[in-house]
Amino acid sequence: MDLGSISVVLLVASIMVSATPILLAAIGEMVVEKAGVLNLGVEGMMITGAVVGFAFAVNSGSPMFGFVAAALAGALLSSAFALLTQFLLSNQVATGLGLTLVGLGLSSLIGKPYEGIKSPTLPKLDIPILSDLPVVGRMLFSHDIMVYLSLLLVVCVWAFLKYTRAGLILRAVGESHDSAHALGYRVVRVRFLAILFGGACAGLGGAYLSLVRVPQWTEGMTAGAGWIALAIVVFASWRAGRILVGAYLFGGVTVLQLNLQAAGANVPVALLSASPYLITILVLIVISARGAHGAPASLARPFHASS
Amino acid sequence: MIRLEKRPEPSRFWTAVTPLIAVALTMVVGGMLFAWQGADPVEAIRTIFWDPIFNPQFAAFTRPQLLVKAGPLILIAIGLSIGFRAGIWNIGAEGQYIMGAICGAGAGLAFYPSESVLIFPLMIVAGALGGWAWAMIPAVLKTRFGTNEILVSLMLVYVAENILASVSSGLLRNPEGMGFPGSRNFKQWDATHNAELISGTGMHWGVVFAFIAVIAAYVLMARHIQGFHIRLTGEAPRAARFAGVNPTRIVILCLGISGALAGLAGLFEVTGPAGQISIDFNSGYGFTAIIVAFLGRLHPVGILLAGLLMALTYIGGELAQLMLGVPGASIQLFQGMLLFFLLATDVFTNYRLRFAAREVS
Repeated sequence: MDLGSISVVLLVASIMVSATPILLAAIGEMVVEKAGVLNLGVEGMMITGAVVGFAFAVNSGSPMFGFVAAALAGALLSSAFALLTQFLLSNQVATGLGLTLVGLGLSSLIGKPYEGIKSPTLPKLDIPILSDLPVVGRMLFSHDIMVYLSLLLVVCVWAFLKYTRAGLILRAVGESHDSAHALGYRVVRVRFLAILFGGACAGLGGAYLSLVRVPQWTEGMTAGAGWIALAIVVFASWRAGRILVGAYLFGGVTVLQLNLQAAGANVPVALLSASPYLITILVLIVISARGAHGAPASLARPFHASS
Repeated sequence: MIRLEKRPEPSRFWTAVTPLIAVALTMVVGGMLFAWQGADPVEAIRTIFWDPIFNPQFAAFTRPQLLVKAGPLILIAIGLSIGFRAGIWNIGAEGQYIMGAICGAGAGLAFYPSESVLIFPLMIVAGALGGWAWAMIPAVLKTRFGTNEILVSLMLVYVAENILASVSSGLLRNPEGMGFPGSRNFKQWDATHNAELISGTGMHWGVVFAFIAVIAAYVLMARHIQGFHIRLTGEAPRAARFAGVNPTRIVILCLGISGALAGLAGLFEVTGPAGQISIDFNSGYGFTAIIVAFLGRLHPVGILLAGLLMALTYIGGELAQLMLGVPGASIQLFQGMLLFFLLATDVFTNYRLRFAAREVS
């Protein structure tokens, strides 16, 4: 094994890249869950975002256009979930699963003609002065714009939930929809918007996978990233800051295991490839065993004004 | 103004009718999808739903496939439905299916080339145990630490896929396979071959077990106190606790049953239709079975019918792919849509529509 071949600078830089899709999806899902809705369709929305973003970027030649299209596609798909769970009062778990299955089917249908094509990818955005710093510059300040946007999004979500009136209403709806309804807030409308936001974020995360991280389209390329994003929300105890920690931790595991595989570490490949999933399970155990969850009290409970 | 009004209890009529409406809606929207892809919608729908059984040209070949595909779907879905009734969401059946196949096949291959009649029963037991053990991981973690069984069981699917990739090119690889990944072929080893029981019907041991599972599940859920406890836990967890139902027991029981049945399905698939352990022998039955369970209204008889219908879409989909050049993925979408429409129309089971002016409270 040759651990010396793993460069720390490149490692940290690639952790940031590999964490970004999960970060985007997880922060969106956190807002959805904060509003009291459990959308298990993250994986489906992510992979739809991945393929739609890829298709639009290839056809238009502009990756930014791809990201916009991916966000719209994610939101559009999530609106189906919102319609079913909020207006037709379907079971959220079943509907979310259905959304994932639909997304997987839809994406491989759309993606067939795009297999094996290379997409235009985002340019590295060297931040002036900072990116010229030794070591740290290449590590942290020489990424594409989506990495910074995803970090900005985390800060925005945090501030929104903590300091704004709308954020307070959203949390109230998630904690006790009956009380929020009694106070005159539109529970269904708030949840609908939250679900759309979550869908758009998942779409962006998927597009980051297919346009920057890989950058190619292959069927089923998200490979459980959406589910890991769901696990990270639990890991983070529904707090924006911890979502960041969680996503970067899992990004780190993914990159590290790939590096270890490349370096020919004396560990079975199957164990290394499965390690992100195994560590997700491990983290879930630790978090659950600690007891204090901080889950929104109305999570996954259907709301109907008559009851 | 249209308003939804909760029914005092779910409508029996709508419970039975919603799956039919969902199928009809899927056909309409699916037809539009095919038209958009340049295939004749009527012909595509007929190819998927009619030709596999009634077309004089292919039916002799495709009709047996119906049971071959429906067997594992029904077997897995029956197990899942018991858990879903109790509010226990095992969505990692695909992983339990893979592990059942690996354990069962491994147990058999350990005795190669023995022709003892005991080998196949041994493999069946090992297969069920493999799936059971894989399902016990989320079960024990849920009861001990309160971890979410949805996430854990799903993560374990990816772990199982990695194990499958590893054993099919390592531990269980055919030593006479000239280095190609994949185990020995069970079809060439009579003692372990899960062959057709009645020639030309597609009926193999997995199908027999699926029918037994349907009957057993019906008895369990409708006639046995344990089934009552399962339903009670799902519908009124608090009441269940007051009635002395042990939630830990229910979790272990439900996940255990669904894991064992998924494991069985995996074993029968690998010794029969698939023939060998290979990297991609699993074909997503574990996920499609979720649709089957819901489409069958979590009722054993419903699941039997839903499994046959879903098997039909698989075979018809392949046929449409062959005859009309419809992409294979559109069938997956088709199946997903079916679940979506079912969930959407389900609102009529629990609510009734009221057309009235908005009241002033």
